Amino acid sequence: MTRRPVAYAVLLLMVAGIGCRHWSASSSALKPTAAGTAIVLSSGDKQMGATGTVLPSPLVVQVNDDQGTAVTGALVEFQGPAGVRFDPAAVLTDSSGQATTNVRLGTIAGRDLVSATTPGKAHPATVQVAEIALGYQQQLGSILADQFCNRCHDPESSAQRVSNYDNLAVKPHAFSDGGTLNKMSDADLLSVIQHGGPALSRSALMPPYGKTLSPADMQAIIAYIRVVSDPPYSPAGTVYGK
Amino acid sequence: MKTVKQFLSSIWRALFGDTMRAFGIVSGLLLICLAIAPTKDHFSEWHHYQNGYLSLIHDRGDAISLRRKFQPGIQQIWLPELGVVDRCATCHEGLKEASLADVTMQPLRKHPVIPHPIDRYGCVICHRGQGPATTVQEAHYSERAGDDPVLPARYIESGCGQCHQNELTGTPQLNNGRKMLAQYGCVSCHLIKTPDGITMKSTDVPPSLEHIADKTTREWIYTWIKNPQAYAVSATMPNYKLSDADASDISAYLMSSSTPQAGDVDATVIPLAKNADPSAGPSLYGESFCATCHAVQNDAGNLVGGNVGPELTRIGNKAKPAWLQAWIENPHTYNSATLMPHYRLTPQQVATLTSFLMNKTDSDYGTNVHLTAATPAAVARGKKLVATLGCAACHTINGVNKPDNFAPELSRVGSKPLAQLIFLPGMEHTLPSYIAGKIKQPQAFGPGLKMPQFTLTDEQRDALTTALLALDERSQTMPDKLRVHSVEPTTYEPAGQAGKLMADLNCLSCHRINGHGSDMAPDLSLEGSSVQSQWLDNFLKNPNTLRPALTRRMPRFNLSDADRKTLTDYMMVVYQSPTIDLDKAPPAVNPPAMVEHGRQLYYSRYACQSCHIIDTKVDKGYIGPTLTQVGSRLTPAWIYAWLKNPQELRPGTMEPNQNISDDDARAMTAYLMTLKGSGKQEGKQ
Repeated sequence: MTRRPVAYAVLLLMVAGIGCRHWSASSSALKPTAAGTAIVLSSGDKQMGATGTVLPSPLVVQVNDDQGTAVTGALVEFQGPAGVRFDPAAVLTDSSGQATTNVRLGTIAGRDLVSATTPGKAHPATVQVAEIALGYQQQLGSILADQFCNRCHDPESSAQRVSNYDNLAVKPHAFSDGGTLNKMSDADLLSVIQHGGPALSRSALMPPYGKTLSPADMQAIIAYIRVVSDPPYSPAGTVYGK
Repeated sequence: MKTVKQFLSSIWRALFGDTMRAFGIVSGLLLICLAIAPTKDHFSEWHHYQNGYLSLIHDRGDAISLRRKFQPGIQQIWLPELGVVDRCATCHEGLKEASLADVTMQPLRKHPVIPHPIDRYGCVICHRGQGPATTVQEAHYSERAGDDPVLPARYIESGCGQCHQNELTGTPQLNNGRKMLAQYGCVSCHLIKTPDGITMKSTDVPPSLEHIADKTTREWIYTWIKNPQAYAVSATMPNYKLSDADASDISAYLMSSSTPQAGDVDATVIPLAKNADPSAGPSLYGESFCATCHAVQNDAGNLVGGNVGPELTRIGNKAKPAWLQAWIENPHTYNSATLMPHYRLTPQQVATLTSFLMNKTDSDYGTNVHLTAATPAAVARGKKLVATLGCAACHTINGVNKPDNFAPELSRVGSKPLAQLIFLPGMEHTLPSYIAGKIKQPQAFGPGLKMPQFTLTDEQRDALTTALLALDERSQTMPDKLRVHSVEPTTYEPAGQAGKLMADLNCLSCHRINGHGSDMAPDLSLEGSSVQSQWLDNFLKNPNTLRPALTRRMPRFNLSDADRKTLTDYMMVVYQSPTIDLDKAPPAVNPPAMVEHGRQLYYSRYACQSCHIIDTKVDKGYIGPTLTQVGSRLTPAWIYAWLKNPQELRPGTMEPNQNISDDDARAMTAYLMTLKGSGKQEGKQ
């Protein structure tokens, strides 16, 4: 009988031990040598990739101090929605104050909001960026858009692919132009793709693709337009009251 | 001891001493046993998830319709033809509900849009996992022999590849992986028989080493095989991690087994005149469009140029001048299977280009390589190494035969049982992680393994793994009617005198004709129906790009008038479309009213100026070919057929089928045929 409290104590210690070990393993083994006050994005935001794949370029953020100079050796931890993985998930900034990680997208298609946090001196500083995960339909849309649409709709020009955007008397909307395209319903977008600009009394410079693309292809392009739109698109569907 | 015995017997008597009491107790036990199954069922995982689903839809606006469609109990999809039994929808209740698009919580999410209905294809066919299982652990993560855990999302396209042997637009990763299997020489060692019954062949044929001593030095071979990527970052040859002694002996054998090739050794290097123009080399390199196929690293370290031929950044470190000169003069002499065309350059041009390329050296490359003279023992050891490492699987080497079944067959690697795999410590025990790991660091899996180290990015490794996972048992055994077959490339070769000329010029290295060739340049299968012979002759004389937005890549081959005529006549007669209806198209000359009507249609109704240029002062469209001279380039029948349906003549072209009526198409053809673009107008522009 007298041993029971002792047994309880041992059990409690064991549980605590396991818990602590778990805790210490999850906390970072990295020892920061400095701390900054601000964190800014360097490169690697707004990238696109298929769900579950690694983004083509790494995500790079920079930690600065009060004066805006880069801080070396500050801890940066990356976090994202469930399924998004970082390699590495925590890193110390390099000699130019930058922390670099490779992002593997999660399994849910859509906008993945990813954050990079540095503990900072007084309070943590965070920067949030959006990456875009493409499901099957959006990815198909992005391939078709590259084949048929982006030569005019994407104003970005490169030596390999010269954009036709500047040559058009009526400028087409970039697919990321959420300000305009979010106001159009899926049916509107479909009829413009299918029957050309004049279907909605818009420019005849947009030709009809209804005889060239299958209905599934056109839906895929619409899905792609929705996922890249900035500001993000939210369908005006049923409003669910609690 | 005695007390225990007494205690037990007293209990026995208390329970079963009386018949009635014993009967009652046994009945009670029986009832309890009977209740176990329903109770277990009630507390089962899937019941828990179904309740979760019901409470999720409870508060939604369309709760009533969702609840009506909800089916309680185990949900099973059975597809005997595909060998699919799966009960995934038991927990994944919301799969087919479009209105649940905003739900992100598993297992209740809606399935993303895919081309196949779930009822007819099931889940495990793409996702793998144990279909009949009814617990989360067993369905998703089981690692027992013969079981198949759920596939990570990044390999999901392998599911498509089981049935679709053709190239699908929506599966870039799978397409890329399949291409890499052929391009990186995987299939030179591993036999892969696709479910179509085609034995995969390597698309990148590495050079023959029969005459290697003509081409380069033993020191270069040594440095190259030690680390191919140090010579050319884009090299596809893997790193064999050879020791110095092994590399030295292999280089000794390759040099000693090489036989001289007529034309290489007897070429005398043409010296360049001392006052030669230093810009002549770069400009000839540019004019000949060498960069269409060959890349060179620029000062910033980026590769500029194509990847059809080898990278030329350090070609001066590798090639012997006499060989390079003979090669540029006519590459077919050294290698009859090369993709490089015979340029017909003048001796002076050959000398200029040779000396330009020989200056492309890296003074740091291959320094401090001092090989001892080759002894017969070293040569013999080198030969043995060449045979063991399987060099002859890719390269033709004198004295060593191409090995058969050098590496395991991979036709069903996507179903390799876990029990047959050896995992590295710390590795996840699944087939995809094994395949990816094996590609990443093949030699870590045990000493003496022959598979070399390839230089690949994560993305490329994922693509290869996806393509290999698609080669599974189901893909090989499914009924043939369920397969979508690949388009097998033909072995078409142009015939006769023109055929010989086209082989010499290697037209099929860039163009495709009747299903054979490459996709870099336009398909020429219908060229005879499309263009006018005078234009074709002029184009071969002085090729130019038709599209302002594209860089010209077609070289000028310095063809003689007779050769040009042979080519033009052959293409005009042989490459005709069987479907173009000559009677429907308007004649080449038409009444002015019709031409004017066509002009109006062109500019207003069909707004062709968004992509094409006719009036260079007003029109700005960049994408399509410039049409200023289209009337002297294309035939009226082709223009008419193209306007009616461009996709039929060139599948995948950007120009849409605008559903143009016959009359409109005839009027626009009449207008376009008037655009002859005389030289005078060109001069003004």
